[in-house]
Amino acid sequence: MRVQSLAVLVCAGLFAAIAHAQTEIVWWHSMGGALGEQLNALASKFNDSQKDYKVVPVFKGTYPESMTAAIAAFRAGNAPHILQVFEVGTATMMAAKGAIVPVAKVMGDAKEPFDAKAYLPTVSGYYTDTKGNMLSFPFNSSTVMFYINHDAFKKAGLAPQAPKTWKDFQAAAEKLKAAGQQCVYTTSWPSWTHIENFSAWHNVPIGTKQNGMGGFDTEFTINSPLHVRHVTMLGELAKKGLFTYAGRTNQGDGKFASGECAMVTASAGAQATFRKNPKLDWSINFLPYHDDVKGAPQNSIIGGASLWVMGGKKPQEYKGVSKFFAFLSLPEVQKEWHVGTGYVPITLAAYELTRESGFYEKNPGADMPVKQLTYKPPTPNSKGLRFGNFVQGREVIEEELEAVFAGRKDAKAALDEAVKRGNEILRKFEAAAAR
Amino acid sequence: MVENRPGLTILSHAVLLLGVAVIAFPLYVTFVASTLTLEQILTVPMPLVPGDHLVDNYRQVLTAGSTRGSQAAVATMLGNSLVMAFGIALGKIAISIIASFAIVYFRFPLRNFFFWMIFVTLMLPVEVRIIPTFQVASDLHLLNSYVGLTLPLIASATATFLFRQFFLTVPDELAEAARIDGAGPMRFFRDVLLPLSKTSIAALFVIQFIYGWNQYLWPLLVTSDESMYTAVIGIKRMIVGSDAANEWPLIMATAMLAMLPPAVVVLAMQKWFVKGLVETEK
Amino acid sequence: MEKRVVFRSAWLPYALLAPQIAVTLVFFFWPAVQAIWFSFQLQDAFGLRTEFVGLRNFQALFGDSRYLASFRTTAVFSVAVAFFGIAISLALAAMADRVVRGALAYRTLLIWPYAVAPAVAGVLWAFIFAPSIGIVTYMLRRWGIDWNWILRGDQAMLLVVIASVWKQISYNFLFFLAGLQSIPRSLIEAAAIDGAGPARRFWTVVFPLLSPTTFFLLVVNIVYAFFDTFGVIDATTQGGPAQDTQILVYKVYYDGVKAADLGGSSAQSVILMCIVIVLTALQFRFVERKVQY
Repeated sequence: MRVQSLAVLVCAGLFAAIAHAQTEIVWWHSMGGALGEQLNALASKFNDSQKDYKVVPVFKGTYPESMTAAIAAFRAGNAPHILQVFEVGTATMMAAKGAIVPVAKVMGDAKEPFDAKAYLPTVSGYYTDTKGNMLSFPFNSSTVMFYINHDAFKKAGLAPQAPKTWKDFQAAAEKLKAAGQQCVYTTSWPSWTHIENFSAWHNVPIGTKQNGMGGFDTEFTINSPLHVRHVTMLGELAKKGLFTYAGRTNQGDGKFASGECAMVTASAGAQATFRKNPKLDWSINFLPYHDDVKGAPQNSIIGGASLWVMGGKKPQEYKGVSKFFAFLSLPEVQKEWHVGTGYVPITLAAYELTRESGFYEKNPGADMPVKQLTYKPPTPNSKGLRFGNFVQGREVIEEELEAVFAGRKDAKAALDEAVKRGNEILRKFEAAAAR
Repeated sequence: MVENRPGLTILSHAVLLLGVAVIAFPLYVTFVASTLTLEQILTVPMPLVPGDHLVDNYRQVLTAGSTRGSQAAVATMLGNSLVMAFGIALGKIAISIIASFAIVYFRFPLRNFFFWMIFVTLMLPVEVRIIPTFQVASDLHLLNSYVGLTLPLIASATATFLFRQFFLTVPDELAEAARIDGAGPMRFFRDVLLPLSKTSIAALFVIQFIYGWNQYLWPLLVTSDESMYTAVIGIKRMIVGSDAANEWPLIMATAMLAMLPPAVVVLAMQKWFVKGLVETEK
Repeated sequence: MEKRVVFRSAWLPYALLAPQIAVTLVFFFWPAVQAIWFSFQLQDAFGLRTEFVGLRNFQALFGDSRYLASFRTTAVFSVAVAFFGIAISLALAAMADRVVRGALAYRTLLIWPYAVAPAVAGVLWAFIFAPSIGIVTYMLRRWGIDWNWILRGDQAMLLVVIASVWKQISYNFLFFLAGLQSIPRSLIEAAAIDGAGPARRFWTVVFPLLSPTTFFLLVVNIVYAFFDTFGVIDATTQGGPAQDTQILVYKVYYDGVKAADLGGSSAQSVILMCIVIVLTALQFRFVERKVQY
């Protein structure tokens, strides 16, 4: 009798344990430092809000490192559930049918309410297929902004207002140099700023087939007369000492934050770095444009990363993923992420909520990124881009740009070469993917 | 020196002192930088005399890493490097010395085949097969583990060759005497060969400890958990941006700490190290 | 050379060899075979679709001007590292051989860079030569030299060569010193009696006698420049600017890890394997004459 009741107790205990057994959802990401803390806070909040699922975030190194690790893990059969992949890896992930499950499918299968229209079109457009199905979940998106140092401007006798056109920009640059400014202008992420966003901002294509969204047989078009003219301008600025090249990633941020450079084009996320220097008097502005181009300015495109769902997992786990994504889409959650990191809110509701809270009044300019992304309804040229192996593609573009900035090549030769080499990379991807 | 030429002697000393100065220059700058604050470094030119933030900087990195880049505590990283270096050095010595003993002191079928198999690994430095080796480690669930850090680097031919060369110089009479005494091969190995090999083992230990401590590409791929970073990788992961964005005092403090243990090993075991390196690599 | 006296056992030698052979099989041969296999395949990043394409990856490599440029970059880099590493350490060793007092102190002070990891050496020199805050950059600017290795490829190459040579000087120095000290004094004295000054003596007697050491170090330094300098490049220039410092081994890593191009990366690995085989064969054939098989 005692044995029986003991057995019943044990069984009941086990059953209760199983019933409350949390399904673990492993999330590999590449956000270190302060951003990583914010990300961990998000996961903890989700875990605290319900008992069935537990999201476990794991920092896996930089974006390329975590992607390599995920690929190896997938081949070994132990991939994570959610993987944060940078935007240039979108085409690679998209082509890996079987390795990934589109977000639309995950949400649909789990019968989780999901309204694709609630998301900002420029943000979601980057990660949806041509039929409008969302493939990955936009998580941390930013865009390129134009920052100026007010003290430097005042010292040069200029009003602390950002030039709106590239013509005005050149005039301001000359005045700044004449006033003794050592570094007048620098940039971060040269390809993302001066080729990709430049094209979208002026409503010209980066590549055929809607910048690659329409098919793998796309080709680059970044050697058009307008592109050549713009890169030639950059080369001239470099030669005159008005443009100081800082490197391929966000090295320009530090140069502006320290006060060394008077103007910079950098990610919206750089605001966090600039705010750390209390002596810096700066403002965030729209990108300059060429005012003789019809249709400019149009809208800028995003950068950053999205969350992909890996294949081969159990339905119960996918249900947890769908609940987590629904949680991430809540306006309050989005607002906190946006306010804390500087990344743009991904839903209109979150944007409205942030505005209503008065955040933008207390922090003027914090809504500029969203404004620039939604300046006009996106066209096929400005929804985003999707090029295979674009990690290599972007490197090719940056190499050719560096040759122009160093005065070794003229813009036309460099951009023609970038198109030629870039297309080779695209064809290789097409051959491997389209089968 | 054949004739007495004081001028040439002075020149020799001058050249040597210049050489020592140039060699030591980066170390000195690094040390000074690790005692300053970031503002002092960012004001060009940075001072060339040590500052007063030595304790602060070292305490910061040992406990909490940097603040802008990796936040892994350097103390943990030093521990990981220590485990890796010791693991590789001792592991390599252990499996190579017995393998070498087998090759030299036994006759058995496939002996030459196994010897060439080991020899061929000289042609395969890890950088050349890095992606497939990473895949194998991933398949065996060895990522982010001490085993994963050390095991794949343990089998290499250099140690085996070194022992082989040394064993070949051991007089045959010793082995014969052991046979006559009725001692088995393992007794011979333990009582005769091992004590004789002490110098070679010491030299190899220094070389392999340095090799293991300074590994870069393999730990870079195999570890992504901050708790498993080695000291050398940790330095790299602290460099997150451009000149002004890096926390140079902390990076330099970490570099000093990362250089310390191998330097101590080299300088303390200098005699064996030099002897072993020169006599055995040839 | 074989041992005259051996032991006999049916199973012991295999047991003794087992650990080394096991690790060698699992972590050397299996990945190497895979690298060769992958080099003949075209596959997407996840390995979901693979297609056997024969030598197409290799053809693509040799038709890619960037890959061929990488050969040139590696050649320039390794020759520079080997030449300067050998020349500087030979000079230091010759001087150290001359002085009687303080030889041990000099040796101690010159060998400690051996303990420094190449990646750390790269970070130290990159800090000293940093375009905005480096102390040497400051001095160069005072003398009117514009130093910015982020944009100028030749300066980036100079930086990685300096860092790599600095680290390798101790190793070369030790070998040269040992080589110099093993030259019989009688030969040098004979030349002195014939009236040759120190410089003549060095170039006509000492240097030729050092040639085995020099050749050995040449091969070792080239192999070092090919592979061990990966840390220097990754910690400083990452192959840039514009691939000006992208040596072959770095390209293997970059294409395999950052660009997820397994076919191309594996093909490059196979080509590198062939180069290593040639270099190692050279080393053993011409240098290790004492060891016979």
